[in-house]
Amino acid sequence: MTTMTETTSADKPSVAQGLSAFTTRHASWLPTFAAVVILVVLLAGAQIRFGNFITPGNMSALLLDNAFLMVLAVGMTFVILTAGIDLSVGSVMAFTGILGASMLASGVPTIVVIPTMLLSGAAIGLLIGVLVQYFNVQPFIASLAGLFLGRGLAYVVSLSSIRVEDPAVLWLQGTRLRMGDWYITPTGILALVVVIVGALVLQFTRFGRTIYAVGGSESSARLMGLNVSRAKVLAYLISGLCGGLAGLILTAFSGAGYPRNGIGTELDVIAVVVIGGTLLTGGRGYVLGSLIGVFVFGVIKAIISFMGAEQSWMQIIVGALLLLFIVVQRAIVSRTSRTG
Amino acid sequence: MMKLVRHRLFWPLMALLALLAVNIVANPGFGRITVRDGHMYGALVDILRQSAPLMLVALGMTLVIATRGIDLSVGAIMAVSGAVALTIIDSSDHPGAMSTVLVAIIVAVLVSLVLGAWNGFLVSVLGIQPIVATLVLMLAGRGVALLITGGRITTVNSDPYKFVASGYVFLIPFAFIIALAAIAVIALLERRTALGVLTEAVGINPEASRLAGVRSRGIVWGAYIASGVMSGIAGVMYASNIMAADANAAGYLIELYAILAVVLGGTSLMGGKFSIAGTVIGVFTVQTLGSTILFLGVPSAQSPVFFAVVVILVVLVQSSRVHRWGKSVSQRMRSGPKTPAEGAKEVAA
Amino acid sequence: MTNLADKDVPPIVQMSGITIKFPGVLALDNVDFSLRPGEVHSLMGENGAGKSTLIKALTGVYSIDSGTIVVGGSARAFGTTADAQAAGISTVYQEVNLCANLSVGENVMLGHEPHGRFGVDWKRTHSEAARYLASLGLGIDTRSLLESHSIAIQQLIAISRAMVLDAKVLILDEPTSSLDRGEVEQLFGIIRKLRDSGVAILFVSHFLDQVYEISDRITVLRNGQLVGAHKAEDLPRDQLVTQMIGRELDDLKSLSQASARVIDRSGEPVLRASGVGRRGVVEPGDLAVFHGEVVGMAGLLGSGRTEMVRLFYGADKADSGTIHVGGKAVKMVAPRHAIDHGIAFSSEDRRAEGIVADLTVAENIVLGIQARRGWLRKVSAVEEAAVVSEYMEALGVRPADPTMLAGNLSGGNQQKVLLARWLATSPELLILDEPTRGIDVGAKADIQRKVAELSEAGLSVIFISSELEEVLRLAQRVVVMRDRKNIGELESRDLDLDGLIDYIAHRGEGSVSR
Repeated sequence: MTTMTETTSADKPSVAQGLSAFTTRHASWLPTFAAVVILVVLLAGAQIRFGNFITPGNMSALLLDNAFLMVLAVGMTFVILTAGIDLSVGSVMAFTGILGASMLASGVPTIVVIPTMLLSGAAIGLLIGVLVQYFNVQPFIASLAGLFLGRGLAYVVSLSSIRVEDPAVLWLQGTRLRMGDWYITPTGILALVVVIVGALVLQFTRFGRTIYAVGGSESSARLMGLNVSRAKVLAYLISGLCGGLAGLILTAFSGAGYPRNGIGTELDVIAVVVIGGTLLTGGRGYVLGSLIGVFVFGVIKAIISFMGAEQSWMQIIVGALLLLFIVVQRAIVSRTSRTG
Repeated sequence: MMKLVRHRLFWPLMALLALLAVNIVANPGFGRITVRDGHMYGALVDILRQSAPLMLVALGMTLVIATRGIDLSVGAIMAVSGAVALTIIDSSDHPGAMSTVLVAIIVAVLVSLVLGAWNGFLVSVLGIQPIVATLVLMLAGRGVALLITGGRITTVNSDPYKFVASGYVFLIPFAFIIALAAIAVIALLERRTALGVLTEAVGINPEASRLAGVRSRGIVWGAYIASGVMSGIAGVMYASNIMAADANAAGYLIELYAILAVVLGGTSLMGGKFSIAGTVIGVFTVQTLGSTILFLGVPSAQSPVFFAVVVILVVLVQSSRVHRWGKSVSQRMRSGPKTPAEGAKEVAA
Repeated sequence: MTNLADKDVPPIVQMSGITIKFPGVLALDNVDFSLRPGEVHSLMGENGAGKSTLIKALTGVYSIDSGTIVVGGSARAFGTTADAQAAGISTVYQEVNLCANLSVGENVMLGHEPHGRFGVDWKRTHSEAARYLASLGLGIDTRSLLESHSIAIQQLIAISRAMVLDAKVLILDEPTSSLDRGEVEQLFGIIRKLRDSGVAILFVSHFLDQVYEISDRITVLRNGQLVGAHKAEDLPRDQLVTQMIGRELDDLKSLSQASARVIDRSGEPVLRASGVGRRGVVEPGDLAVFHGEVVGMAGLLGSGRTEMVRLFYGADKADSGTIHVGGKAVKMVAPRHAIDHGIAFSSEDRRAEGIVADLTVAENIVLGIQARRGWLRKVSAVEEAAVVSEYMEALGVRPADPTMLAGNLSGGNQQKVLLARWLATSPELLILDEPTRGIDVGAKADIQRKVAELSEAGLSVIFISSELEEVLRLAQRVVVMRDRKNIGELESRDLDLDGLIDYIAHRGEGSVSR
């Protein structure tokens, strides 16, 4: 795919040249763009079908119901960008959630509990990162061990759910800041902040650019003098941290910690990240894309409940979408590798 | 003697025996087997019976891993299989009839075969990474199972079906006999035909095998089909055990237990040489470990923690970094400190 | 345009007495090498000669057992590649070690991006990158993705990155393998520009024409030793080729009759390839091989011999041409097709493409037969034992233990096992790619003797070897390839070593710029 960009750009670019320059600059945005198209189609279709789908109330609920998924997706994006995978996020979320609820129930002050939740998530993430980077364990095995660890530890904390009465935590979900018919809760704001911070880190920090470089070609990144090991370990740590944060958000959302939370969530997270345009082969994708993926997921879920259909369709549709995106990704990759 | 120690199965067998010994010491009744009502009873018998589903799944997983792949969808296929079987029985007029049960089981296993073929297609024809390809079914499979059961947990009353998981033939649990049969069939298939050595060749060096004329695509595809079929039978067994089709609980986390069993048995995750006997030992080890944990009073929901630790230990032991460290330690103990040149060369290379 | 190679400029890199040993192999034996600023210096030698080892010593990948490296006047000991980079030595590899998923500008500046108050300042990053590219005469859109450009352009971008790192020494490892003529011109223009600005350039390539076009000096290595270092204009081609390939002790006088054997070429050839080629890999060419004939393929590394025979075997798919086996046109897109038609292929990379290391010698030997038979009909233990012992004895495999893992054998014995695998399938045509490379003298002799024997009995052989004496000894006809093209065929009866070397070096070339 050679482009005629060797000539100087002194002459006025034609439309064709402009278009081709646009695609060569932003080709990696195309998958995310596809996700946006799907989102628009879904919203439009639902609005046509149900008539009262796109309302401020529903759209606000969309953010809040999926805030925890958003946070998890940001962490997973970092990991998948390095061509890794983290299967532990659902369990970590459950573990930190019940841990927090349990600590709060025993009277530990909120100001200690919240950091503990975050740190315990980060600790599991760090463990996975170290196994992957320094002991050459394949990411899916290392994170499966993390999944087991998180799930088991959740039950160690408590075999049953624990209600949360702590006012600070409940405030996170209970308060609604209204703007007309639109509303948002602190958890929603938190999720959006995480998304923005994630996007900024990936775009403007050396660490973020190292993540992309590692995903593109780890050996090249190393030869170019980047600190590959630190970046990879940090990616998993961030994913664990997001798991801890999601635990906080989910606990606030449901008013309780529950060790059975998040079973299968990791698959949903991977699906939304892939649908949002991040390639599983690494190096390409954006946090904003994962955000779109979360919205696609949320809209599908809302549509299914609007239709009164079985919730089990959710898993099938998401699985089918994931498959579609993977096959298309594979087709694109094999095409470019032949011409390259 | 050294040849015995160096044998591939030595350490896995030692690990299992050690575990059994611990159990016998801690629980005097562990090794006792009584016979009553035409059944054998005892902790060991329980292990044999309960290990059957994992045995089946692990056998299929061994073949897939040997081709340098992985199958994360085995639990989901189990769920689908159980759902299909129970739905057929539930919707029939004669749920207790042998013919109904046979039809149900055959259809369930056929469906699982198709699912396995689907996985194989994605991997061997489309060239999609195995983790990713089987992740799709892992995600969607349970949804499909729930649809089949209409969103609830189907339960049935059928003696022939119950027999699968709970029955005894000549004192031996029927489930274990099925597992034995599967072991025998796979072992024969792999070693009596050239399938085993060709699978190993494909796993060890896919390019050399291709150049030697080996039909790699068919072999890889076949491995995923086998994994699907094994998971299907395991799913039928699981549903028979609880006489219900629980789409979310069936085979939950069984993928990791199966992978752990395969790895404990000496087959490498990198593919290539595999050992059916090793997997069998590995399955018994995992199962014994599980019941040991239960016996120690740990609630079963918490047992994943122990398994996580075991997985981490096993991969650490197998990790090359640990090997290099171990080798350098033993070298140093034998020959004294290295010269700077040698040390630098190791680092740089 | 000054040629600094003429002046007595102190070298920027001086490697003296470099020796590097690996288990069982002396990779470099007391080699001296120097690089002067403002020169293009080519390092030549066949595979295993030690070129890449020398470069890896200079770039900090390998540590040296003895000798010194002096860069810019001070002695260095590079522990990591970062150390070498810091000392001003940059390398651009054949695989262009950049990140295809990032933009051109980012690749150029990666790790050295200008930062503002809030992180990376992208505007300045791209303008600086554009500046570096412009200094090499490249007007590329720095915001475009690296992968949207051809390999040629990507290489030039990699070179600009070296300039960002303020390289005093630029090592170019096989930079032209994937380039067409126009792209090579562009690359050479940039190399000359850099040279004139004082950068020392180490150029590694197998393409003789290009080496003579661009180099000021040439150093030749063979078998880990320094053979010679000359100014390019003082080194005639024949001498270069001779230095690279050399003469070896000839202990196979008895086989000198083999190449003189008369071949009956009147009938249908066993294999006829017409216009078979693959775009960007090897130009379309013809070849016919007759019953009992040994066709040698001579030429330097990179001339396209392996690529060509892989097309005959279906290991790679041809874009053009047809293949006839025994007179019938056949489909040849997978090794299975070739095997079904009685063609066998032994790859030059026996580790990666031949031996299945964790299987036993016996399993490796019967793999060919087994693959052909399919998975259902297993070769019985009795049959396996018979085949294995027959071939292990005939080829002299040592140690004679069929249960040993094939990966543990020496190179020579691995090659024999591969040969056994293919001979056991009773092929009509056997393609051998560098079968004697990197193996001991005794095994070499065994293999050559076997090939002569078998061809006398009727087996057709295509024999690729960089050792021209071997080719002349065994082949009745020699096909010569250079720069990915078949440039001619010779009857070996009319040929001696000097003549063949001369043919490889000179035949069919365009204008020589020296």
